[in-house]
Amino acid sequence: MTAPALAVRHATKRFGAVMALDDVSFEARHGEVLAILGDNGAGKSTLIKCVSGVHRLDSGSIEVDGAEVTMTNPGVAREAGIETVYQDLALFDNLDAAANFYAGRELARPAWLPRGLRWVSRKDMARRSAEVLGRLQVRLPDPNATVGMMSGGQRQAIAVARSSAFASRVLIFDEPTAALGVRESRQVLDLILRVRAAGHAVVVISHAMDHVMEVADRAIVMRRGRKVGEEIPSADSRARLISLIVGGEG
Amino acid sequence: MQPPSISPSAEPAAMEAADAAEPSGVTAEVIDVPARRRRRPSRLHLVRGTLVLLRLGPGLILVGLVIALNFASDVFLTTENVGNVLAQTAVIAVLAIGQLLVILTRGIDLSVGSTLALASVVGAITFSSVGGNWLPILAMLGTGVAVGLVNGMGYVFGRLPHPFIITLAMLSVARGLALGLSDGQPKQGMPGAVQTIGGGSVGWLPNSTFLVAGVAIVALIVLGRLVWGRWIYAVGGNPDAARRAGIPHRAVLVSVYVFSGLLAGVAAIITSGRLDAGSPTFGDLAELDSIAAVVIGGASFLGGRGNVGNALVGALMIGVIRNGMNLLDVQAYLQLIVIGAVIVLAVESDVVRGRLEERFRVLQAAGQQ
Repeated sequence: MTAPALAVRHATKRFGAVMALDDVSFEARHGEVLAILGDNGAGKSTLIKCVSGVHRLDSGSIEVDGAEVTMTNPGVAREAGIETVYQDLALFDNLDAAANFYAGRELARPAWLPRGLRWVSRKDMARRSAEVLGRLQVRLPDPNATVGMMSGGQRQAIAVARSSAFASRVLIFDEPTAALGVRESRQVLDLILRVRAAGHAVVVISHAMDHVMEVADRAIVMRRGRKVGEEIPSADSRARLISLIVGGEG
Repeated sequence: MQPPSISPSAEPAAMEAADAAEPSGVTAEVIDVPARRRRRPSRLHLVRGTLVLLRLGPGLILVGLVIALNFASDVFLTTENVGNVLAQTAVIAVLAIGQLLVILTRGIDLSVGSTLALASVVGAITFSSVGGNWLPILAMLGTGVAVGLVNGMGYVFGRLPHPFIITLAMLSVARGLALGLSDGQPKQGMPGAVQTIGGGSVGWLPNSTFLVAGVAIVALIVLGRLVWGRWIYAVGGNPDAARRAGIPHRAVLVSVYVFSGLLAGVAAIITSGRLDAGSPTFGDLAELDSIAAVVIGGASFLGGRGNVGNALVGALMIGVIRNGMNLLDVQAYLQLIVIGAVIVLAVESDVVRGRLEERFRVLQAAGQQ
């Protein structure tokens, strides 16, 4: 049995008096979509921020492909092959698509200089980001236009393409469909399935039950910082999932 | 004048209809098929054209100003006067480039004028006590770097809510130090090299102009070619996303204040060289000139927008307005009012630009559906 792409064990995180995460454990496996469900304030976002290196766990461990990784900053998570598509997209409106792709991991030379003093290879970045966008069938009217000038759908596409291009193991979507219309949601869900088919582990945080039922192979439910249940989404388990989320009898 | 970006892409409406009928069962929206370009609404062209004009704005206004002043005054475009304008603008230009980097990260550096004064006094004291050419120059640059380092570290690690506060404090402290170190008196005497840089010229072209050009080239390389510059724009565009992208945002913030401080040291060399002295009164209100130049040059206080060329244009615009009004015998109070008006116009055009970009996005989104 191969190690799970991502394993979180006994994760605990406290903000002052608030127990944001209380002994949470879960695994995300290659070629599988895991949904993390829960109401507002259930700890979903905190959990994901810990996995993507924005917050540090107070205790507990995170393993990537069986190897423990100490998430001290977002760069560590990215190097470990974990990419996150944030709800706010985390785009730089003042930069073009290629610069957005490579922000924080610019292609630059020479390697012996400190990172900040290297010369950026603008052509390489433009060419390679165009390749990725082409592969995902995203077409931009003007590749040199800043992302701020683009439509909501294009922006979403760039954010998703950026993360899926660099994720080698785990791709996390934070409320991917919350701000989208029906058609755009459909496209993002399709992409999630496509990333899964490529063998990545996909983690989707959402409270859109219908979307979860459609794409998730497994769902865990969080409430008040604790993991309160795990289900295979199906017509049968739907009611159970909902009652777990809202905290009724399950 | 025809805005250059308006591309003739009007094509038969039938093609658009065919495109629109295509099912888009792809990952992301197909906005534009390069081989068969869609016809966009003409309003989109209008908005885009205005946007291009607004981006060129500062340069166009400067050219217009120069042409108008050439007609209004016989001496304006003489080599002697142009040399004058360049020499008077050099200090503002150098400070503005430092200020630009700071403003790109959503910051502000109010201390550059005082830093200039402090650096000039330190340079004068170094020269009178040790002498030499290089030591006073290094002392002036070092003073600027030190002040910038305190600004940057104080802002980032003191977790102050805005760089306005630490640099406002530094505006006061650096001026106080300059007054204290010099007993409130100008200190005569600067090394030959400093005098040459600040006061010499090649023909009618002041040496300081070459220094400004050198500084501008360095800034262009930093912002356009180095990873560091990418990070500056990223941190200014979306600080939170920059952090999440693993960009060392704290180091980037500190670095722009250090750079600005260093350029205040360079400006001190120019000023001290021109007047052969260091003085605690140098650079009075220079911080405001530098901010005005950057803002006139179309940089956004919201960060991430602005470039070296336009900041230089902003600095030149201030210099040209002052010089032109002097030549035309316009009273000093009117000059102040005009420069104030130009600042408001420049920022207003930035606001309009923001609105138009929003509109551009809406029209484009509408055009694709």
